[in-house]
Amino acid sequence: MSKKPTTKKTAARKPAKSKKADKAASWKRADGRAFDELRTLKIESGVLPNADGSAYIEMGRNKILCGVFGPREMHPKHNAKPNEAVLRCRYHMAPFSVDPRRSPAPSRRDQEISMVMRSALEPAVFLERYPRASIDVYLEVLEADGGTRCACINAAAVALVDAGIPMRDLVAACAVGKIEDKLIVDLGDYEDKKGQSDMPVAYMPKLGKVTLLQMDGNMSAEEAEKALNLAIEGCKKVYEVQREALKKKYGIDQPQDKPPKEFQPEESEEEPQKEEGQQ
Amino acid sequence: MYEGRIRTGENTYRSQEQVYATHLGLVNYSPDNVSVVALSTGYNPLVGDVIIGEVIDIDLGEWRIDIGTQSEAVMGIPDAVDRPFRTEYVMTRVLDIGDTLVAKIVDLDRRRTPVLSILGPGLGKVYDGFIVRITPSKIPRLIGKKGSMINMIIRETGCRIAIGQNGRILISGPNREREEMVVKVINKIELEAHTSGLTNRTQEYLRQLKESSR
Repeated sequence: MSKKPTTKKTAARKPAKSKKADKAASWKRADGRAFDELRTLKIESGVLPNADGSAYIEMGRNKILCGVFGPREMHPKHNAKPNEAVLRCRYHMAPFSVDPRRSPAPSRRDQEISMVMRSALEPAVFLERYPRASIDVYLEVLEADGGTRCACINAAAVALVDAGIPMRDLVAACAVGKIEDKLIVDLGDYEDKKGQSDMPVAYMPKLGKVTLLQMDGNMSAEEAEKALNLAIEGCKKVYEVQREALKKKYGIDQPQDKPPKEFQPEESEEEPQKEEGQQ
Repeated sequence: MYEGRIRTGENTYRSQEQVYATHLGLVNYSPDNVSVVALSTGYNPLVGDVIIGEVIDIDLGEWRIDIGTQSEAVMGIPDAVDRPFRTEYVMTRVLDIGDTLVAKIVDLDRRRTPVLSILGPGLGKVYDGFIVRITPSKIPRLIGKKGSMINMIIRETGCRIAIGQNGRILISGPNREREEMVVKVINKIELEAHTSGLTNRTQEYLRQLKESSR
């Protein structure tokens, strides 16, 4: 597991008011979801004709557009690395994405999320195949509803594949948090603000590697471990949606992960193509 | 995608006895390797490829040409003019910024900068026609087995078609209608490149287009 060092922020969180919340299994969250239920997730790939690759994601009320350009020549040239490509991410929230209106200038938070996304995506991309080049990922949050960094990573991974950039695996991201002393998956805006803790995780499901692990607030060691497992389960669900989105663009519907029982020689007329490749 | 020791083909990589795909694409299982035909890729330059590019800059003694690769290509004067070099040559008279050209990759230098040449049959500056862009991985499909697809299109429409391996296709025909017909057909091929029986269906589609234009 290639874990990134945990980034701890010293944000002061309000402790939960009532600690005697009912322990019934049917406990529902503010928006009526079960504790391990994701928000409705919709991803579309290839939405921007002028970008090399693009994706649009709706995760709950989050609406995010992502465009990928490259591999292309790095400008300014002195930033290029002689042995590998440089992945550049730009996270930006539209002024109208939150209420009240937000200044369009890049903030500290935007910079942090851009950096965090870059390091979450870098392990998945074969950067060494494009020396001196740059791969640019632009993300525009049109509507924000908590957990935008996870949603952005999900969209960026799909857009990178859409751009035809060689990847080791897709990166799926999902947050786990704690509210009223209970662990919950995929926090919405309300839960993010009222909760005791928030832990975004990015994960490469095929390789079983964690590429991003951050935490806000407080969690005990056991809780953190449980939360990580919950997040990984969430990431796997996201991963399925990402794959569907990529397949949908090409109208592929027969999934096939295993090779045929016997290898069949290539047919003469057409290439034997019905199987589906995966990422 | 596949477990076990096997040679990895195009667009795949191996990690701990497991073979994974690096691109979204169609899997090809053959007895000695596993490969993936990618549905969308960038262009990876190879020596000998014919490509279509645009002049974007002129340096001392060389043109810089955008061919859709990660680094722009260069072409020196000896590769563009088939005469002994003389100082009174004006480079913009041969090729100016914004000109489109059909060229061949003659060399990839150590920084993987493609070096081009326009000396040869079918190469040189482009004066008229349409340019269509498709994903470079689908160029083989457009050409077809031994050129079956592209020859069929040329036969049916009477257009001249130059295919750049970088995914740009130059079409010049007797009239605008014919050229637009080819553009439609190429776009259709790109959309349906991963389905079988494409050559025959394309032929039918072309005939339909011809009927309707009459």
